[in-house]
Amino acid sequence: MPPRGKAGDRRMVIGAYGAILAFAALALPWSRHALERVMIGHMLVQIPLLVVIGVLMARALPPGVSARLAKWNAGGVSGILLALIASSWWMVPRALDSALASPAMEVAKFVTLPLLVGVPLALSWSALGGIGRGFVIANVLPMWAVVGWAYMAAPVRVCNYYLVDQQVIAGLGLLSLAVALGVAVALMSFRHGAHAPTV
Amino acid sequence: MPNGQWPRTIVASLVIGLAGGALFWRGTDGFRAVTSEQARRVAIAASPRSLPAVDLEDQNGRSFTLEEYRGRPVIVDFVYTQCRLACPLLSDAFQRVARAEQAKWPGDVDRQLPLLSITFDPEDTPPRLREYAGHYSADGRSWRFARVKDQRDLAQLLRAFDIVVIREPQGGFQHNAAIHVLDVQGRLARVLDLGTPSEDVARAAEGQSR
Repeated sequence: MPPRGKAGDRRMVIGAYGAILAFAALALPWSRHALERVMIGHMLVQIPLLVVIGVLMARALPPGVSARLAKWNAGGVSGILLALIASSWWMVPRALDSALASPAMEVAKFVTLPLLVGVPLALSWSALGGIGRGFVIANVLPMWAVVGWAYMAAPVRVCNYYLVDQQVIAGLGLLSLAVALGVAVALMSFRHGAHAPTV
Repeated sequence: MPNGQWPRTIVASLVIGLAGGALFWRGTDGFRAVTSEQARRVAIAASPRSLPAVDLEDQNGRSFTLEEYRGRPVIVDFVYTQCRLACPLLSDAFQRVARAEQAKWPGDVDRQLPLLSITFDPEDTPPRLREYAGHYSADGRSWRFARVKDQRDLAQLLRAFDIVVIREPQGGFQHNAAIHVLDVQGRLARVLDLGTPSEDVARAAEGQSR
């Protein structure tokens, strides 16, 4: 087992407890209803928080486990693929509806978002390298923007459990998030570019 | 990074990709249904559904059940009388079918394709349904309007049809809207879009009359 700093250890432990507490808080019937009552709360608050919980969990994994997983995840490729596929599923309108209609699907959502999106994302992101990360960002952000725009422009109600105006708000939220992240990434890369040694 | 990890990673990626593809394929009925409404239509077309025998009351206060239509296909929709969005479109579609049927079988109600509009608003009483029927010059015989007598039955009926009704904050409801075809055995057999032309509705019912 590789040595790890004491401060680092403490951070991991805090992260793990934080993840467990946050997960329990999100799973409470009260907060589930509050967040799932509106589409934007479901899509852009609850689902991202579940992913963040997975990221915290991954940091608290014993190094042995991370190392064993890394053998199957060279360059972060398979992990990021898993995270992309699993997160895409929960953007399908039917999947959102199914989580509201069926307790089994709700459980599946609470399990898969941390374990199949958050954990592999955290384990793969740094391994991806600059080009890999750029590739993922350049694909994911336009996809979010298109899905958000589709939710805004759809002539029909795509979710049986949400009102049309909520669908428009959620779509606008997703589109705005994609644009904001895109601008942030662009700014960051320009700043890095300015400091980078000219090769 | 040791090169020995790449073969395993490629295997893992293939497994993930295949499993993900299978999940999306199954979860969207072969990429045919990304919304619950599309999923409902695919599922019903694949296997017709039996419906609960709930007690209904028509616009004249007469009690009946769906059993009464056994042996003939019926066209059913779900509306409420105060609706301003989807229901007027549905009722317009029903009106076009009703007119076409009257033109085809003038005065012969027994041969006209039966239409049934069921309300899910507990406040829709027979007089309100009668008034609504008047708006669409429905005859009240080949095209009837009904409410479910018992509210618990209503939930059961809506569930059987997979109709989800949610209340709007300003009053009123939002709901999935479609034209439903019941076959001769009283099963829910087809779900058609509310924009379906009347001749196609009649043809879909014809297809269920055996």
